[in-house]
Amino acid sequence: MNFSEVFKLSSLLCKFSPDGKYLASCVQYRLIVRDVNNLQILQLYTCLDQIQYIEWSSDSLFILCAMYKRGIVQVWSLEQPDWHCKIDEGSAGLVASCWSPDGRHILNTTEFYLRITVWSLCTKSVSYIKYPKACQHGIAFTKDGRYMALAERRDCKDFISLFVCSDWQLLRHFDTETQDLSGIEWAPNGCVLAVWDTCLEYKILLYSLDGRLLSTYSAYEWSLGIKSVAWSPSSQFLAIGSYDEKVRILNHVTWKKITELEHPATIANPKIIVYKEMEKSPRVETESLVFPPARAQASSLFSTQSKYDISQVPVSLQYVKPVADRANPRIGIGMLAFSPDNCFLATKNDNIPNAIWIWDVQKLKLFVVLEQLYAVQLFQWDPRQPRLAICTGNSNVYLWSPAGCVSVQVPMEGDFQVLSLCWHSSGDSMALMSKDNFCMCYLEREEVK
Amino acid sequence: MGDWKTITVPALSSASKITYQNTSEKKMSPSSLNMQQVLRSPLPLSKSTHSFFSAFCTEENVEQSISYLNRELTTLGFPSLYSECKDKELNVVSILNCMNELLVLQRKNLRAQEEVEIQHLKLGSDMDHLQNCYAKVKEQLEASRREIVGLQERDRQQQCKNRNLHRLLKNEKDEVQKLQNIIASRATQYNHDMKRKEREYNKLKERLHQLVMNKKDKKIAMDVLNYVGRVDGKRGAWRTGKTEARNEEEMYKVLLGGYEQRQKQLLVENAELKKVLQQMKKEMISLLPPQKQKPKERAEDGIGPVLSDMEEDAVELNKENMWELSCETVREQLTNSIRKQWRMLKNHVEKLDNQVSRAHSGALNGSDVISREDHELETEKLELEIQQCKEMIKTQQQLLQQQLMSPCDDDTSMLLQDCYLLEERERLQEEWKLFREQKNNFERERRSFTEAAIRLGLERKAFEEDRGAWLKQQFLSMTSDHKNSEHVKTQSAYSGSSDPDNQLMNFRSRQKKPHCLPSVPPSEELCQTIQPIPHNSNSSVVLNKTTEDSKPKQWKGLKKAETE
Repeated sequence: MNFSEVFKLSSLLCKFSPDGKYLASCVQYRLIVRDVNNLQILQLYTCLDQIQYIEWSSDSLFILCAMYKRGIVQVWSLEQPDWHCKIDEGSAGLVASCWSPDGRHILNTTEFYLRITVWSLCTKSVSYIKYPKACQHGIAFTKDGRYMALAERRDCKDFISLFVCSDWQLLRHFDTETQDLSGIEWAPNGCVLAVWDTCLEYKILLYSLDGRLLSTYSAYEWSLGIKSVAWSPSSQFLAIGSYDEKVRILNHVTWKKITELEHPATIANPKIIVYKEMEKSPRVETESLVFPPARAQASSLFSTQSKYDISQVPVSLQYVKPVADRANPRIGIGMLAFSPDNCFLATKNDNIPNAIWIWDVQKLKLFVVLEQLYAVQLFQWDPRQPRLAICTGNSNVYLWSPAGCVSVQVPMEGDFQVLSLCWHSSGDSMALMSKDNFCMCYLEREEVK
Repeated sequence: MGDWKTITVPALSSASKITYQNTSEKKMSPSSLNMQQVLRSPLPLSKSTHSFFSAFCTEENVEQSISYLNRELTTLGFPSLYSECKDKELNVVSILNCMNELLVLQRKNLRAQEEVEIQHLKLGSDMDHLQNCYAKVKEQLEASRREIVGLQERDRQQQCKNRNLHRLLKNEKDEVQKLQNIIASRATQYNHDMKRKEREYNKLKERLHQLVMNKKDKKIAMDVLNYVGRVDGKRGAWRTGKTEARNEEEMYKVLLGGYEQRQKQLLVENAELKKVLQQMKKEMISLLPPQKQKPKERAEDGIGPVLSDMEEDAVELNKENMWELSCETVREQLTNSIRKQWRMLKNHVEKLDNQVSRAHSGALNGSDVISREDHELETEKLELEIQQCKEMIKTQQQLLQQQLMSPCDDDTSMLLQDCYLLEERERLQEEWKLFREQKNNFERERRSFTEAAIRLGLERKAFEEDRGAWLKQQFLSMTSDHKNSEHVKTQSAYSGSSDPDNQLMNFRSRQKKPHCLPSVPPSEELCQTIQPIPHNSNSSVVLNKTTEDSKPKQWKGLKKAETE
């Protein structure tokens, strides 16, 4: 494993282009595009204000930079550096901006969710979509980019509008049986739309592309409900994480529950491997065990190193008691993600913040538990293979694969606290982001199994 | 008790009365009071009798007392004290009789009294016991009564409590109901408020929308250098009804594609499942044939044959075009037949289980009956087998050894050789042991031989000496006249004895060798005969007795024998 040098970064804005050739990063009001291979600066764009959001177009030709404070979006072309485009939302304000899947339209959500403006880069046309719902997962595109589902709210009722992305024509419009819809998500095959209700009620509805209600599922009543939802890459499973610290998996044939994955604080089953991160001061003879990067040695001489130990079951994980009388309590499954090959599911229970649970999807059983020293900030699957990268806000990056797991210290002078990371589409490298810097981490092919 | 007091003699003095009373209080029978009283307790009465007699009968009133006694006795049925013939003459015989009878009576009465007293004591103790019992039972009764009262009280209290709890429960239920109602009303209120707020919010949004959007905000604009071409390179199509229809079409195409894919998957899955079912069925059929006949026969009346026919048809059908037919038609037959076969199989298995269990129980029951003969047979068989196995092992060993004899350099063979060497060593050791035993035997025999030889030597010596003596005697007798030359002659006789001695010796040995053992008794005789000669007899006795103890001597003897 090798690391690049450190580059400046602000607001954790660092993204690989979809084709994997470029890396865009932001420093204050500057947008820098680098070649992924040698990290040389290819382009440098200067925006009008501090950039708050960037997004690559699907064809990797354009980059969108949103400055929400000013209500401005600026678009830059990689092919034509002099080309410029500035979209001003004016007094309506701006809270969100994104590309349409074709990479030629930009969807801007105005303040107070008054409307969504669809700007085209091809024609002068501008379209408006009224009544968008003020929720986090209100817009969803199918994976093939053909359709967009939008959550709407009119007359105190929830609706879903399905648009054809090619010409923004409304395809379907139907109301949903939800109290207060809080999210929508397309299945990867683009045929089924999952719609879930607010956390006050456990309810998930599944709609076909043509607007038919396929199924409704509710696990329980009178308690806080769904917290997170994830489709498996094969569209076969829908995993629902909820506030009762369980993940329920629905199947795609009957849309009934297959299994319930519990996240108890004690693990007693001896078949489950529990990796526990241990911190210890470095010693010469143990360095070989800790996967030592050559360049890391100098900087890590005076700091502690961490490594994984296999704990003997039963293991009790560090449990944080949630405050019961506050809104949005830190409890329940807040993050879950399927591995790209459909074989594993990684979850995080918010009241056991240091642990990551990796489930074997084929057996629908718990496979591995990783117990970190610090609370898990983010985890992301390698897009090519079952390999999970984890960051916990310290100077280490953690990798898990079915073969085992390693903890690697980022060999940077000073403090490089990894707050976020993103994989390159090839799975060979990833960008590690700290508050003010980022660096590339290259994984050797030999490690890949 | 008091009755007899009334019968007391009125004429008696007060003192006597008191004594009577004192003594009589223990008495029960009213008859023969005085006599009894008198006779009853001789020791204390010895004094009292004196006083009694002194009181009862004095010099003055002898007549009166006699007559009184007479009267009393006659009333009690005793013969009169007076003789019948003579007036006023005491009949001593009758008095004595009376007295005797009275004494007898008294004794009887005493015994009776004792018994009665014992009984009385018994009864008294019984009474006491019963009274105790009674008291106890009474106490118990009291206690249980108290307990009952206590329990009743507690029961009442519990009931009270229960009632209270019921009331509380009811209250709680009411409370819960109330709270639920409140919650529900709050929820509706909340929802209502939310809706109201949302409406307000919507209104505001609308207003804001109007305000912001209708102002013809100049700022809301896109500033583009030049428009970019579409990704597909085409121009954007106009929105018409056609595009709408096309969109619908495409959507359905996508949906259809999804469903088709899923159908394909399902088909594959179905086919696989069918295959599995078919295989299972085949296996079942192959398993069942021997059993199949019975149920058919059993179920002959009615649907049995029809069903089996159908089944056969189904089998044929399935075999022929299982995969071509759609689910609908095949499914029923297949499932039916499989279900049927499954049932049969289940029955069969159950039957087998039953048989096994029965066999088990039968074996347990009839083990005694069977075992005797079968056991022996079995053991014989097993023994035979063991024998065969042993033989096999032996032959194999031999073969192996033979193989080992032939040179082979493999390590394994070396190992084997080692094994065999070990074995051989053991065998050799055994042989060695045998050999040693034999050697010991031989030695023992040799020892006996040497003994015999020694003995022979001794005998020979004795004989020689005998002969010497004899010759000497003869010589002396022969040359009694030549006393002067005696000394010289004996010497010459001794010196010249070697030749005849040798001859004799040879003769003896020749004689002895064929039967060495029987020669022992003669040797003993010889010893005895030799006894007169002190020196030799001694040594021979010692040798006879301690042949085995004195080895060195033997060795000497042996050497002598050898040298001889």
